Amino acid sequence: MFRRLPEAGGSTVTITLDGCPVTARTGDSIAAALIAAGIGHCRLTPVSGTPRAPYCMMGVCFDCLVVVDGVGNRQGCLVPVAEGMRVETQNGGREIGR
Amino acid sequence: MTASEFEIAVIGGGLVGAAIAYGLAREGRPVAVLDEGDIAMRASRGNFGLVWVQSKGLGMAEYAGWSVRGAGLWPQLAAALQADTGLDVRLEQPGGFHIALSETELERRAAMLMRLHNQPGTIRYDYEILDHARTRAMLPEIGPEVAGSSYCPLDGHVNSLRLFRALHIALGRHGGTYLPGQPAQKLRYHGGEFRITTPSSEIRAGKVVLAAGNGNARLGPMVGLDVPVRPQRGQVVVTERTAPFLRYPVVTVRQTDEGSLLLGDSVEEETDATVGPAVVSVIADRAARMFPRLASLNVVRSWAALRVMTKDGFPIYDQSADCPGAFVATCHSGVTLAGTHAFVVAPRIAEGVLPQEEFEVFSAKRFHVPAAA
Repeated sequence: MFRRLPEAGGSTVTITLDGCPVTARTGDSIAAALIAAGIGHCRLTPVSGTPRAPYCMMGVCFDCLVVVDGVGNRQGCLVPVAEGMRVETQNGGREIGR
Repeated sequence: MTASEFEIAVIGGGLVGAAIAYGLAREGRPVAVLDEGDIAMRASRGNFGLVWVQSKGLGMAEYAGWSVRGAGLWPQLAAALQADTGLDVRLEQPGGFHIALSETELERRAAMLMRLHNQPGTIRYDYEILDHARTRAMLPEIGPEVAGSSYCPLDGHVNSLRLFRALHIALGRHGGTYLPGQPAQKLRYHGGEFRITTPSSEIRAGKVVLAAGNGNARLGPMVGLDVPVRPQRGQVVVTERTAPFLRYPVVTVRQTDEGSLLLGDSVEEETDATVGPAVVSVIADRAARMFPRLASLNVVRSWAALRVMTKDGFPIYDQSADCPGAFVATCHSGVTLAGTHAFVVAPRIAEGVLPQEEFEVFSAKRFHVPAAA
């Protein structure tokens, strides 16, 4: 559904989503990288388990929550990607201590 | 100006007023709740959602019994609300903890509970003082600073937002009337009935129940009731939702059915409802010392509320001698006592009398003693 602009520059970095490699560009937020890679959802809500994907892309809606390098409930749209970053789907509520 | 007439008018639509009005409506009484509306600085805003027994009643044995009775009526209330509204208020009564962060705190706690339970006439119920290891067996996430705890199997908690909504819906289902935007300004007893003036109407009622929290201090004298209450500030902190990890409510830390953690709750002799970093940071610090892995959670909200306090900390239930049919109910524990208000207090009010043997101890007359020279 989402395509990168042809003139988009930047060099390539590789992150992982739930252990699988995802190619991103430097300067991408995690949320941008995930939707550019075509993910369907990045989290399940804590109350009903409904799948959600990045929405506002500006730090307001909290629908892009993911686990980043072992830390839960990070806002994917506010964290730039970095080489080797481990991103995981946020399945429900954040676990305590994670 | 419009006038309307009801058998009973309840002034205040917070947890206390809503529970009493629900009880009256269940009795088939035409009841109206006059409420400021959602804008009201209700004491209910400061509730922590606990259905709590342990530590209540030092200085008034009857209040310990009243609290035990309140907790005992809760399953019946939850079932009635579910039947009336379809809403599950998520009552859980697995027992609850008070955590001590030093040996001194633990000794003080144990001594206080012993004094409470040694009072003549105090209802007997189980509680235990647990050391660190026994506390950890039930609350595995406690940190090394926890010296121990007191545990009472009667304690529990409830989703108080659902409770508030369920009470209001159930009131309507039983034919009660909710009148928002109608703060009571003036109350008059005239010709055997009460006339309540609000900014937009006059409401007439055969009986009136003051359930306006701190507002009762102002309204009471208009119908011959002395209600010496004062505001007391409490602050509450809420974290993001997390996966369930806390099986039991702790008096200052509880995990809601939806996963949020409520951290509380301060007791401050302040009359403005503002949140401040000084108190909030102490609340957060103590919670993180009790459960160190909480420290990484994000806080999403904090707020302050003004609760209702009497000189001795116990509730006031009273009836007016000068204006028969005027009642007052005010307390600090609108959640714990919600079932008592609906199933015990409301039927007595419907009958027109708070029986002396049950209620005299809660009358404001207890404050009318000459001060020692």
